[in-house]
Amino acid sequence: MANLPILLDYWPSMFGMRARVALREKGVEFEYREEDFSNKSPLLLQSNPIHKKIPVLVHNGKPVCESLNVVQYVDEAWPEKNPFFPSDPYGRAQARFWADFVDKKFTDAQFKVWGKKGEEQEAGKNEFIEAVKILESELGDKPYFGGDSFGYVDISLITFSSWFQAYEKFGNFSIESESPKLIAWAKRCMEKESVSKSLPDSEKIVAYAAEYRKNNL
Amino acid sequence: MADEVILLDYWPSMFGMRTKIALAEKGVKYEYKETDPWVKTPLLIEMNPIHKKIPVLIHNGKPICESLIQLEYIDEVWSDAYTILPSDPFQKSQARFWADFIDKKFYDPSWKVWATMGEELVAAKKELLEHFKTLETELGDKPYYGGEVFGYVDIALMGYYSWFKAMEKFGEFSIETEFPKLTTWTKRCLERESVVKALADSDRIIEYVHVMRKKFGAE
Repeated sequence: MANLPILLDYWPSMFGMRARVALREKGVEFEYREEDFSNKSPLLLQSNPIHKKIPVLVHNGKPVCESLNVVQYVDEAWPEKNPFFPSDPYGRAQARFWADFVDKKFTDAQFKVWGKKGEEQEAGKNEFIEAVKILESELGDKPYFGGDSFGYVDISLITFSSWFQAYEKFGNFSIESESPKLIAWAKRCMEKESVSKSLPDSEKIVAYAAEYRKNNL
Repeated sequence: MADEVILLDYWPSMFGMRTKIALAEKGVKYEYKETDPWVKTPLLIEMNPIHKKIPVLIHNGKPICESLIQLEYIDEVWSDAYTILPSDPFQKSQARFWADFIDKKFYDPSWKVWATMGEELVAAKKELLEHFKTLETELGDKPYYGGEVFGYVDIALMGYYSWFKAMEKFGEFSIETEFPKLTTWTKRCLERESVVKALADSDRIIEYVHVMRKKFGAE
């Protein structure tokens, strides 16, 4: 059997999920390896000595690190099926901008919503709602951020939807009431097998977040 | 129809310098508009409503924001001249990784080293030296980060070059002494007209840093 690409990952990580969705979109068979952060594997430490984080995609023995980097790599290494980007440079720049927005503005805010309490959590909730409204405005009436086809920005954001229930529970608010279009978009994406197979159950995420809050707050 | 290219930029910005280098490398003619990011002009807000920051590259009326995204855009639009990013997917992912490292890890201590005091300053100095060491190791004996050809990571890091003297002064270290390979690399990059023309004068940056330090209360 040929060497399959290996994905070093961690089941609740929305960043790891991006890599899973990307690989499945391309129909690439891969070996999933769960990492234990209290005992990081030699392969992880060797493949990502700078950050020592997941996801790492090891393809033909060579490591690709940072989730958006992995998604772009997957698009370029398997270009024939389901391209993640439009072909025009401006459309591509826009896609990169919005995925970067998700990483810059959405990521920190969502962590504060489920991982913090008190004032920090409140601040996080406000930032989160602001970011969600901006994203909803960008989505507009398009079926996907990429337009008619599921693409790079959709991949960068959809993985957070597995955490929506956790945000709502611990942040005590309804995402649907703040951004109904985004919820509709998330449901549309979940109809894709590449997405539904790659995201864990929301209940499991809620339990994970509850455990984290119990131990850390 | 001729291309209309405008760059909204601020003279000390290491991010704007990257875009200037890339445009020059590709021989693209553009109009430079000095834009103070602290003064949110209507044009800046219109072109970058989300972040309201510079640099903004405006190509035929359409804005492209974020310097690394601009580099990729420039590479894709003006593609007949030399290429900034390698074509091989793995080499490309390596280039993106290192540019991301520079912005994720190197950036913060690079300004904290002149903007902070006390314990924060000590931590920033330590972190900055660690990241310079990582960058020195990654460069190794290669002429450029990408290998034989000046490219994406070189541009991403040389954007910071004008600020190196300020980092050395306030961080109290010498790049030449501690990081000889990086020093050789900077000299090699400075042979390129695109780089020399894009960079701000290091002493002028130090003057600017003094003004900013007063604002931050560090002097």
